[in-house]
Amino acid sequence: MKKYFPLFVLPTLLAFTAAFIIPFVMGIYLSFNRFTTVGNAKWVGFDNYVRAFSNSDFLNALWFTALFTAVSVITVNVFAFLIALALTKALRGTNIFRTIFFMPNLIGGIVLGYIWNLIINGVLSYFGVDISYSAKYGFWGLVILTNWQLIGYMMVIYIAGLQNIPKELGEAAQIDGASSRQALRHVTIPMLMPSVTICTFLTLTNSFKLFDQNLALTAGAPARKTSMLALDIYNTFYGRAGWQGVGQAKAVIFFIIVALIAFAQLKFTGSKEVEN
Amino acid sequence: MEARRKFGSTSIFILMIMLSVLFLFPIFIIFMNSFKTRFSIMGSPFRLPTAETFAGFENYVTGIKSAGIGGAFLRSLFITVFSVLIIALLCSMTAWYLVRVKNKLTKAIYSLFVFSMIVPFQMVMYTMTYVVTKIRFNNPIGIVFVYLGFGAGLSVFMLSGFIKSVPIDLEEAAEIDGCTPLQTFFRIVLPILKPTVITVTILNAMWIWNDYLLPYLILGTQKKTLPVAIQIAMQGAYGSVNWGGFMAMLVLAIVPIIIFYLFSQKYIIEGVIAGAVKG
Repeated sequence: MKKYFPLFVLPTLLAFTAAFIIPFVMGIYLSFNRFTTVGNAKWVGFDNYVRAFSNSDFLNALWFTALFTAVSVITVNVFAFLIALALTKALRGTNIFRTIFFMPNLIGGIVLGYIWNLIINGVLSYFGVDISYSAKYGFWGLVILTNWQLIGYMMVIYIAGLQNIPKELGEAAQIDGASSRQALRHVTIPMLMPSVTICTFLTLTNSFKLFDQNLALTAGAPARKTSMLALDIYNTFYGRAGWQGVGQAKAVIFFIIVALIAFAQLKFTGSKEVEN
Repeated sequence: MEARRKFGSTSIFILMIMLSVLFLFPIFIIFMNSFKTRFSIMGSPFRLPTAETFAGFENYVTGIKSAGIGGAFLRSLFITVFSVLIIALLCSMTAWYLVRVKNKLTKAIYSLFVFSMIVPFQMVMYTMTYVVTKIRFNNPIGIVFVYLGFGAGLSVFMLSGFIKSVPIDLEEAAEIDGCTPLQTFFRIVLPILKPTVITVTILNAMWIWNDYLLPYLILGTQKKTLPVAIQIAMQGAYGSVNWGGFMAMLVLAIVPIIIFYLFSQKYIIEGVIAGAVKG
């Protein structure tokens, strides 16, 4: 079987090398260079990183993204959990509700952004403004959009988690005289912690890496104040001549933050499994 | 007690119906506005069409013609279908080999695939566009291989996870009966892998159909896919956006994926859970 490597692995490996490995290595290298095309790169050391961290657009995007992510993680997970709880109470039409709540998750980011652009501008037009009037509108617009998109997804994971809790546990709590609120707090939620961890990290990375929705809903307006990190990196690369090196340095910083989140998740889920 | 519980569940039921209306409302608005005349959409998207503002299918006819949406739709379909098929086939083969042949090389390759999953697209977008253009893969056929390269991480990871749990006995029996590895793979391994292959295919199809930035950077605005066409219809035409045609485009981007969803809902939801737990 060993000699079948060229047939089984090589095609995938070649595509992976061209699309990912070479670009990744080049990306790290170019973040230490000044360039306008890949051909004219000149080594400048950490200069691009210094310029990235003294760039007010980047710092603003970093802050905006962190704030947006924090609000989204909390709202999405609270709503998704409450809906999952309601739908596991053996209601009529549970499956239809689940189908409906999950549906927005399938729609692409660009389309999602324009759907909400139309609706939010439609509402704001009654007050004589639009979404580019203030960064606050853009911020809450993105939060609403993200909630609409992700609640159904997280709800599905919470439902699966709730259905995995043995029924006997709830019954035992009831026999011991626990109220339904006490049972929720001391039985359901502790048993649901693995799902909570998964959903928290999923919302975290999804919100942090948001791009399409950001581009279509606000495109950074007003004055790049609602640009999140991914959009700011894109604009640095393609919207500012001579700043490609800074764009690449910003992208490396972005990658490091995302990687740290991923490692935190790995550690977190790993230690939870040991406890169980 | 019983009456109280019944009252509770009825009020939850009513709350869920209200929430459903809220969730469906944005999609309904887009559908409704796609049947209104182009100047009656912006500013009053919540108004139902009247005798004057009802446009019938006009938006679908003009919108599709003017923005080259027909071509974009077919291009998106072509790229999505061929990419998911190639990813499913080649990544299953790769995953099987990497699990069954254990040495330093296969371990290193597997680690690289897993590593690629945590790298955000912005990290490689500029250099990837350069490499892909350099080797002339910047066309609707070449992009299929770019998607293979980008999809390989998650796909190989999920497929390997499943293969590890499959006992090796059947494959060994096939080998003793004189099967070549290729025969063993197609007759024994692939049928067992089917559920995971379906999951991987669904996750990839949703990603590729909706993907915007990668096809925009590689194919540009000439050979546009549907999400790219939607974005440039909005950004390219300064001040003169045809809102009617634009609404029709949004509907065309949503409808296939919703039909796909209603027919394969069970697999999609299972796939999403599996993808979430493993990814």
